[in-house]
Amino acid sequence: MSVARFWRETPRRYNLGGSKCTTCGTVYFPPRSVCPECTSHRQSIEKMVPFQLSGDGEVLSYTVVHDAAEGFEMQVPYVVALVQTVEGPVLTGQVVNIEPDGVRIGLKVRATFRKLREEGKAGVIHYGYKFAPAEDPPVRPPAGRPAGVPVSEAPARDRAPA
Amino acid sequence: MRDVAVLGVGQTRFGELWDRSFREIGIEAGLQALVDAKLSSAQLGGLYLGNMASGSLLDQEQIAPLILDYAGLARRHLPAVRVEGGGASGALALHAGYLAVASGLYDYVVVGGAEKLTDVPDATANQITSATADHEWEVVFGATLPALWALIARRHMHLYGTTREQLASVAVQAHAMGAKNPNAHYRNKLTLEQVVGAGPVAEPLGVFDCAPLSDGAAAVVLGPLETARQHTDTPIRIAASQVACDTMAVQHRTDLTSLASTQEAGRRAFAQARRAPADVQVAEIHDAYTISALLSLEDLGFVEKGQAGPAFAAGEFGPGGRVTVNPSGGLKAQGRPFGAVGVAQVVELVRQLRGEAKDRQVAGAKFALAQDVGGTGATSVVTLLERAN
Repeated sequence: MSVARFWRETPRRYNLGGSKCTTCGTVYFPPRSVCPECTSHRQSIEKMVPFQLSGDGEVLSYTVVHDAAEGFEMQVPYVVALVQTVEGPVLTGQVVNIEPDGVRIGLKVRATFRKLREEGKAGVIHYGYKFAPAEDPPVRPPAGRPAGVPVSEAPARDRAPA
Repeated sequence: MRDVAVLGVGQTRFGELWDRSFREIGIEAGLQALVDAKLSSAQLGGLYLGNMASGSLLDQEQIAPLILDYAGLARRHLPAVRVEGGGASGALALHAGYLAVASGLYDYVVVGGAEKLTDVPDATANQITSATADHEWEVVFGATLPALWALIARRHMHLYGTTREQLASVAVQAHAMGAKNPNAHYRNKLTLEQVVGAGPVAEPLGVFDCAPLSDGAAAVVLGPLETARQHTDTPIRIAASQVACDTMAVQHRTDLTSLASTQEAGRRAFAQARRAPADVQVAEIHDAYTISALLSLEDLGFVEKGQAGPAFAAGEFGPGGRVTVNPSGGLKAQGRPFGAVGVAQVVELVRQLRGEAKDRQVAGAKFALAQDVGGTGATSVVTLLERAN
């Protein structure tokens, strides 16, 4: 994935910036320019406003991945979940800070800022949201860093120490 | 719109065809179908070719004219169109060919489907097939195509009590059917214990819950029903061809355990044919993953939502059951050359309706259904076929 392709989604992937339809009030993540809920789609054009998700939610479903997606080979086995956020949207993301055996449907989780994957040793490092048990202190994206500039190491470990 | 019939069918073996090129298998299937339809290439109006990813798999685009060229038809300057819809590419091409003949624009068309997945390493092929999910909001976060189906499976188990063994029964039946199909990628039988005990891919799905990466091609010749008897004694009428779409990402579905695109394509198809699921004797459905077969059966209306697991495990969709599902072995055993699948489903059903399916023949097959799905259900295509008397 090119730098620009990942960089342009930084506000969403770093900070959970979604959108809200001012006509019907439905919240979307990632942001949409047209509201699928409004009976007349045209009503919602230019009436979608930015909306910040809190990152709080619960696990709707989860899987322990053994055959990794590209760039995730070093993380297996890892948990991917569908997370129902309190604002409404469902997000797909990894669940970390917990052993795979401990993940359950209904587990309360909170978004946390993590390294997602890196494109080889010299490649771009992608950051974004993962989810951790809600009682864990969340990691926030570093303030003031220019969006999309890779940093040399992950802000936190993905797995709890054994 | 005039009635359209399938006049001829052709298919290569599915599997790891190391010694054969994309163009070879594409042409083999197409020529078989032309010969089967007793059609002169001079009568041909065009070619529709279903293919998912020739660009990323083979560094080759414009494959429709390429196949046309190597079929010896370039100098006729026929229109050749590639159609893409992930794993539903083949059935989408069939839909395009159906529309072309039904509209009267062309009298005869060849619809092909072809994919060559083993010319790249498995890991590369898996990345490319995962591109049928939403790359930006699913794959980037660590999801793969089997992982997304596993999320659906876990939720289905949670809501309806579907068991690991019920999922596994889908793969067991597929391999039992595939054992009778000389074109199948896998002709070995599997036991429930083998499926349940296989290595995990994305829990709860294991290796044997997932269809393989296959090479293969299939083709059909379509023409107007009114002149079909000039080509075959057993024309098979396309009673309906319907496409429906849904959100790209699973996370945006209002119901995580339903394929709304399949529900809608099925509803439209049965309405077009003025028939009902109870009229179907034989079906080829999307069993790329054991869970996808269960969802498909529910969403096509063969069984109530949540009840496909126990019904499948009880043999209701096997030989002698209410509908015989995937006599070809399905994607699981016959194989999964993505763009070829939807066309191969119709090839199998035409053979069933003609009574030419040999060991796999479903007794009394008169009305059949094919359902082809792209990704996790962003595209579904439902085709209904009947023997024209």
